[in-house]
Amino acid sequence: MELLSLSAVELGRAIREGRTTAVEAMQAVLNQIEEKEKIYHCYVTVDAKGALKRAEEVQKRIEAGDLTGPLAGVPMAVKDNLCTEGLPTTCASRILGDFVPPYSAEAVKNLERAGAVLIGKTNMDEFAMGSTTETSAYGPACNPHNPEHVPGGSSGGSAAAVAAGECFFALGSDTGGSIRQPASHCGVVGLKPTYGTVSRFGLVAYGSSLDQIGALGRTVEDCAVILEILASGNEEEKGVIRDSTFMAREEADFTAALIEDVKGMRIGIPKAWLADGAAEGTEESLDSEVRGAVLNAAEALRRKGAVIEEFDLDLAEYAVPTYYTIVCAEASSNLERFDGVKYGYRAENVEELHQMYKKTRSAGFGPEVKRRIMLGSFVLSSGYYDAFYLKALRVKAMIKKAFDEAFAKYDCILGPVAPTTAPKLGESLSDPLKMYLGDIYTVSVNLAGLPAVSIPCGMDKKGLPIGLQLIGDCFQEKKILRAAYTYERCGGMMVKL
Amino acid sequence: MADKISDETIEYVSILAKLELTEKEKEQAKKDMGTMLAYIGKLNELDTTGVEPMSHVFPAKNVFREDEVTGTQAVEEMLGNAPCRKEDMFVVPKTIG
Amino acid sequence: MAKIYETVIGLEVHVELATRTKIFCGCSTAFGGRPNSHTCPVCVGMPGTLPVLNRKVLEYAVAVGLATNCSITRYCKFDRKNYFYPDNPQNYQISQLYLPICRDGYVEIDTGEDFEGGMSGKKRIGIHEIHMEEDAGKLIHDQQGDCTLIDYNRSGVPLIEIVSQPDMRSAEEVIACLEKLRLIIQYLGASDCKLQEGSMRADVNLSVREVGTDSFGTRTEMKNLNSFRSVARAIEGERERQIALLEAGGTVVQETRRWDEAKEISYPMRSKEDAQDYRYFPDPDLTPISIEEEFLEEIRSRQPELPTEKMQRYKSEFDIPDYDIEIITGSKHMADLFEATVALGAPPKKVSNWLMGETLRLLKEKELDPDDIRFSPENLAKLIALTERKAINSTVAKGVFEKLFDKNVDPEQYVEEHGLKMVDDREALRRAVEKVIAANPQSVEDYRGGKERAVGYLVGQTMKAMKGKADPVIVNGLLKELLH
Repeated sequence: MELLSLSAVELGRAIREGRTTAVEAMQAVLNQIEEKEKIYHCYVTVDAKGALKRAEEVQKRIEAGDLTGPLAGVPMAVKDNLCTEGLPTTCASRILGDFVPPYSAEAVKNLERAGAVLIGKTNMDEFAMGSTTETSAYGPACNPHNPEHVPGGSSGGSAAAVAAGECFFALGSDTGGSIRQPASHCGVVGLKPTYGTVSRFGLVAYGSSLDQIGALGRTVEDCAVILEILASGNEEEKGVIRDSTFMAREEADFTAALIEDVKGMRIGIPKAWLADGAAEGTEESLDSEVRGAVLNAAEALRRKGAVIEEFDLDLAEYAVPTYYTIVCAEASSNLERFDGVKYGYRAENVEELHQMYKKTRSAGFGPEVKRRIMLGSFVLSSGYYDAFYLKALRVKAMIKKAFDEAFAKYDCILGPVAPTTAPKLGESLSDPLKMYLGDIYTVSVNLAGLPAVSIPCGMDKKGLPIGLQLIGDCFQEKKILRAAYTYERCGGMMVKL
Repeated sequence: MADKISDETIEYVSILAKLELTEKEKEQAKKDMGTMLAYIGKLNELDTTGVEPMSHVFPAKNVFREDEVTGTQAVEEMLGNAPCRKEDMFVVPKTIG
Repeated sequence: MAKIYETVIGLEVHVELATRTKIFCGCSTAFGGRPNSHTCPVCVGMPGTLPVLNRKVLEYAVAVGLATNCSITRYCKFDRKNYFYPDNPQNYQISQLYLPICRDGYVEIDTGEDFEGGMSGKKRIGIHEIHMEEDAGKLIHDQQGDCTLIDYNRSGVPLIEIVSQPDMRSAEEVIACLEKLRLIIQYLGASDCKLQEGSMRADVNLSVREVGTDSFGTRTEMKNLNSFRSVARAIEGERERQIALLEAGGTVVQETRRWDEAKEISYPMRSKEDAQDYRYFPDPDLTPISIEEEFLEEIRSRQPELPTEKMQRYKSEFDIPDYDIEIITGSKHMADLFEATVALGAPPKKVSNWLMGETLRLLKEKELDPDDIRFSPENLAKLIALTERKAINSTVAKGVFEKLFDKNVDPEQYVEEHGLKMVDDREALRRAVEKVIAANPQSVEDYRGGKERAVGYLVGQTMKAMKGKADPVIVNGLLKELLH
């Protein structure tokens, strides 16, 4: 049995049925890491010893009949902005130094309670600010389909680790596309749930009103299974609330939506998302190969009985400026706690308090983080708050309304994830605005708090994966999971290396 | 609008953000912020009169804790990551007053 | 001719709420303890942690708002106030700017003077708003290391900040307003409001203007006032400082000043690194609060009797002077003590006498507050019972009361152990009186010569001989009998 080719659910079944063990699976993953990590750099921290020990314990509990869930014994990778008790959590930033949290994120706890086994922490853009994983203080991760290309970001390490067989599934966070875009670039499935579905406690905040934890896996089924566990809330301490924005879901049986049937499902494609920017002279430019693959996917769903229509999604071009105003404002405040006082890096040889703050933060944060903190501080500052920040919150309300109107007509919205496939390493950071514009199809989902999934829908001529995005209305994960599952069965592909 | 960012603005914002920028970084920041603010200025094309700013995407829903002691953790865990400590306290350079 | 200035004062009063746990996490708010022992990842600002509001904080804030005639904001939010300072682990304080929980209220103070057109001796001080926020940790200067140490035990303790209108014109009015607020909040049980311990803190906004002007002068904000005395001193000092500045042709700078209690001067707190641009924005980590009518009803129904109501009730229920009622209800602690003692069967008039007489005398003598009274209603009731059934005389009672005041002794036990029971044995007393008469012929002669007062001396001598325990009524009777 080639363990590494199994999906997480398949592996879980094999372990439960005694065809392999949690320890064997972990050993296989560690061997793969040993071999591939030098090239891909998916991880910031690999806790090989601890992982094997945990796998042994879990295996005993499986054999004792104590752990019976679908992911019991399955090795998982966790993005390095999710706190893990006793294991460094750095957000790929120098400023967190070797911060070791005395607590774990609720998302991580839920999966560990279900028997998933932590391998280590994945590489990412520093504080999740970036779309390429190149802003990591520990050096970039590479795309397993072509190491000269980026894996996308910010959950690039998680996506690459899934694609490279360095884990069976991974956790990521999505503030403006940070799960879906790297999933698309690496040819894996990425699921961003409705805002509030997964507790954010223990997720190092970037844009608190937009951040949401989600799954990266090889199949739609894997992601649905992971989501069921993630959404289960604080099982350990019933009644204890740790995230005010967490909303316990009434219908959290997401795997029930894994049905290969989209008959009568109404799917809308925003016209502006398919526009050929180059031809129309706008800045946003959808690559023709990406467009072709997305339209093919739509066609496959149409053949399975979905009703596909193009429609005008209002305000699509205002999503990126709205998003960056809000996310930078929130980030400037969220990152104030990194000051060299309680944890993390502190500049040496400073005698005055404010000098300590400035030297610590200037040396501790990378250029992209500083850029966003500066912009965010500015849009909140006296005299600019109304013109920039409040304005953005008003446009956000309008964007939300535009989606409400769209979902009155459609069950799902279909489109690309990113305008192009993964760019080459080193091509993106020199022009930040251009990089931000690459988020055009993903950020509005976060502004409106919607669930969305990215699934592989083809490869371009260079052999790089292309992703398809399906967006649902709030709390309608089941609809997009059903459409994604149907597509995966009929026309999709599990991208193999 | 704000496409020209002055030195004073950069100076002021870096005080707010507690960042110390080198001359080169300041120039870059002026350029970057100018570009971004000009781009964000695109939002002014929209008439938002009468639209309530949306700070929270979902409607209010009063989330409360009961007033019961649950939280306290070991002092060692709280201070374990401190870059500088003295006994059970965090240490910073002398504050004024 | 010299200009006449008027002082315009507004208050910002921070009150620590009497919750068991902090505002956004489950850590204890108990005082003391090892530094940083009442902390968790939330109140130390660790990455990834999130705040969840303590319901009790909202209840107290609304209760204070209702008791101070505020309107309650039906849809309110928390905002982040961003500034770097090490007592604040997140470098932002969760507070309320845009939609505070209470607005537009007032308290009434007694000014002791008549106002034209207004009620005699009463003045309304407007409350602009009340908001909820979190307290900061404690900074301790380390002489030895020339650095600052941080203890986050107080970080996240719930506060309300009461912001008044600039309606006060003198230190007396400011203190009257603070006392009124303190009384109301203590009655509500929302805080013990101790200035010295920091559970109530007042910042004073002060400006001066020429009498007759309509517009306000430039104001300064004075911090670190931890007693009524320093509030009064700081107001006088700042008023004089501002007037001197203006008289010398200068201008007042809008700034925050810190009052140095030892030196009795203030100095500016601001440095160039404090931009005073707090970049407030709605905190995305906390959901907005929507206050329903049922919630308000619940708080209203739980609202205890407030000072004015209590005063009215005492007037109709107890036959004691209005002045005494005002003093007793002027302290929650004293009023509680009064009612509990009466409930144990002590006559109200007698309880009131002990509180108004000996208690106030000893408080004054020892420079204490009514809140510092430590004796229990049970023991006061016992003492009163002893005097009522004439088991001890009033001189002995006063002595026992001092012990009660200092150590909350059990009067019955104390009287027993020290043999202070009143001697009403007529024969024993007669012998004592005879001795005194024999020993003081001069006084006897004086008395017989018409000096009625001389009998007092003889009573005193008899009491002394009886170690103070004699029944004074019997002694008086015996003296008169034997002298005639």
